[in-house]
Amino acid sequence: MQTKRSIFTNRWLPYVLLAPQLIITLIFFIWPASQAVTSSFERQDPFGFRTTFVWFENYTRVLSDPSYANALWNTAVFAFGVVAVSMGFALLLAVCVDRAIRTARLYTTLLVWPYAVAPVVAGVLWWFLFNPTIGLLPYILEGFGYDWNHRVSGGQAMALIVIASAWKQISYNFLFFVAGLQSVPASLSEAASIDGAGPFKRFWTIIFPLLSPTTFFLMIININYVMFESFGTIDATTSGGPGQSTTTLVYKVYVDGVAGLNIGSSSAQSVLLMGIVIFLTFIQFRYVERRVNY
Amino acid sequence: MASIKISSVRKVYPGNVEAISDLNLDISDGELVVLVGPSGCGKSTLLRMIAGLESITAGEVRIGDKVVNKLEPAERDIAMVFQNYALYPHMSVRQNLEYGLKNRRTPKAEIEQRVNEAARILEITRFLDRKPRQLSGGQRQRVAMGRAIVRQPKAFLFDEPLSNLDAKLRGQMRIEIKRLQRSLKTTSVYVTHDQLEAMTLADRLVVMNAGRIEQVGKPVDLFERPASLFVAGFIGSPPMNIFELATLRQLPGTTLPASIPAKADLVGIRPEALRLEEPAEPFIALEGTVELIEPVGGESHVYVNLNGIETLATVVVQGRLAEGEGSHIKLFMPASALHSFVSETGQRVE
Ligand SMILES: Nc1ncnc2c1ncn2[C@@H]1O[C@H](COP(=O)(O)OP(=O)(O)OP(=O)(O)O)[C@@H](O)[C@H]1O
Ligand SMILES: [Mg+2]
Repeated sequence: MQTKRSIFTNRWLPYVLLAPQLIITLIFFIWPASQAVTSSFERQDPFGFRTTFVWFENYTRVLSDPSYANALWNTAVFAFGVVAVSMGFALLLAVCVDRAIRTARLYTTLLVWPYAVAPVVAGVLWWFLFNPTIGLLPYILEGFGYDWNHRVSGGQAMALIVIASAWKQISYNFLFFVAGLQSVPASLSEAASIDGAGPFKRFWTIIFPLLSPTTFFLMIININYVMFESFGTIDATTSGGPGQSTTTLVYKVYVDGVAGLNIGSSSAQSVLLMGIVIFLTFIQFRYVERRVNY
Repeated sequence: MASIKISSVRKVYPGNVEAISDLNLDISDGELVVLVGPSGCGKSTLLRMIAGLESITAGEVRIGDKVVNKLEPAERDIAMVFQNYALYPHMSVRQNLEYGLKNRRTPKAEIEQRVNEAARILEITRFLDRKPRQLSGGQRQRVAMGRAIVRQPKAFLFDEPLSNLDAKLRGQMRIEIKRLQRSLKTTSVYVTHDQLEAMTLADRLVVMNAGRIEQVGKPVDLFERPASLFVAGFIGSPPMNIFELATLRQLPGTTLPASIPAKADLVGIRPEALRLEEPAEPFIALEGTVELIEPVGGESHVYVNLNGIETLATVVVQGRLAEGEGSHIKLFMPASALHSFVSETGQRVE
C-alpha cells in the first residue's frame, strides 16, 4: 500500500507548523509538571523565603498521613461510581437511540449538551438542584420521606458529586456508544433473534461483546476524567466536605497546595496521582485490551 | 419441516412505500422455491416477513398449520442464511453453530453431536476452533449454512447467499446447496439475482416485479412459456428478442405465419431459436448486417443490425459464425418458436 506523503522543501516549515502545539504543551504541561516534580522534593519555610531539598520526606509524610488514605479511598469510590453511572446510563440511552436512530436527531443533540457545560457550572447546577434549603430534589425526596442533607451526610455528599460528575460525562460516553452501536451490523442481531435469543440475551451475548473496544476506550477516558477533571465539580458542590468525605486525590492536591500553601506536599501528591493514573492505564491496556480484540 | 402459505400479504414501509402488494404463494413441504426479480422488487422484504424480521402489514403467513404473523422470529423455527453471512465475529465457529441450540436449551450431548454432524457434512470440522475472520469467504459461507442446518428448522430462508463468492466457488456451493436440500428435504425459499442459480436450484421459480408475482412455475416452463413480456425479458440470457408485428409486416416480401393470434401486436423469439437456414415450417425472414460478435465458450452471441428495425437482434450461434463483423446475414424466425404478446397488458396470447 502506498501512503500519501508530503515533501517539504523548506526544512524549517514542519517545525514552524508544529510549534504552536509544542509550545502549548511545553508551557501548560511539561513545565508545570517538571515544577511539580522539583518542588515535591523541596520544603518551603512558612514565609516562602527559603526552600530546602528534602529528598523523599514529602512523599513519606503524604503516604503516612491517614487523610491521604482517606482521599485515596474516596477517589476509588468516586471513580467507581462515576464510571459505572456515566457509562451505564450512556449505554442505556445509546441503545434507546439506536432503536430509532432516524427520528433521534433532536434527542441526540439534546443529550450531547451537558458535555459543553463547564465542570464548575455543572457543579453549581447540581448544587442548586440538591440544595437542602432551596433545592428541588431534596423537596421531592422529602415527599417520599427521605431526608436529604449532603452538608451533614458524607454518603449523600458522595452521591451528589458522583451524580454531578457522571451527568456531565454521560453525553460524551453516549456519543461513542451510539457510534459503536451503529457499527454493529443489524444482521447480527437479526441472526441472533432467529437463533432464538430474546432482546436481553441478544444485547449481552452479541452486541455488548462487540462494543467492547468502545467500552474499553471509554473506561480509560472516564478514569482520567474522574482523576483530574472532576475538581471543578467537587469544588462547586461540596468543597470536599462534610469532614473530608468527598475529598478526592485531585481535590486534596488543591486544598493542601492552594489553600494550605503546603507546596511540597501538594506537589508530591500530584506526582503520586499522575503515577496512579499511568499505572491504571497500563494495567488496563495490559490485561483488559487482550480480551477486547476479537 | 412444513409448508409455507402466504395469503394476500401486503407490506407497506413507513413513508407509504408499498414493497409487496397482495401476494399469494403456496410452498409445499420439502420444496425449494427460488424468488427472482429486479432489484427493489420486494424479494428480501417477502423473505424477511416469513422470517419475522419485518412486520406484515396485511394478510397472513402460515408455516405448517400455524399463522405466524404475530410470532417472534425465534418462535417460527426457521433458519436464515444472510448475504453477508452474519456470523458472530467474537465467537468461534463452534460457538456460532452452538448458539441457536443453546438458546433453545438443547441438552449438551445433543448439541455436541449435532454440531459435529453439521461440521462433517459441510467439511468445516477443521475450522471449528477458528474465529470467522480467520476463514475465507467460501468457508464463512459454509459456516453460515452450518448454523442453519444444526438447528434442523422447519424451513431455510436464503437471501442471496452466494453473491459474495467468485463465479467458480458460487458454482460449487450451488451444487452443494442443492444436494444438501435434497437430502435434508427441508422447505426452502431462496432469493437470488443469478439466472443460473435460479434455473438450476428451483423446484419452482417465482418471478417478482414491483411487489407482485409475475409468474410461478417450473423453471423450464417459465423459460418455454413466459406468461408476460416481463418474464420473457427476465428469464433467459441473453434475453428474448421482441419485435413489433406492425414493423415486421412492412418488411418487403413478408407474410406473417397464420399461427400468430390476431390480438397479438408483439412477437418474441429466443436468441437460441433464430435460424441461419430456412426452416421447413412457416417462418418470418429478416435481413441485416452483423454488428458485433461475442465468442462465449462453445457458442457465440451475434448482434445483428436488421434492415427496417431499430433494435439490435441477438442470435446465439453454436460454435463460430462463418461470416465476420460487417457482413450481410439472413435470419429466420420459425413460427413454432414465436411467443406472442399484447403490448397493452404485457400478457402472453396463444
Ligand atoms: N426499511 C425500509 N424502509 C422503507 N423502504 C424499504 C425498506 N426496506 C426496503 N424498502 C423498499 O422496499 C422495496 C423492496 O425492497 P427489497 O429489499 O425487498 O428489494 P429486493 O427485491 O430484495 O432488492 P435487491 O435485489 O436489491 O436486494 C424497495 O423499493 C425498497 O426501497
Ligand atoms: Mg434483497
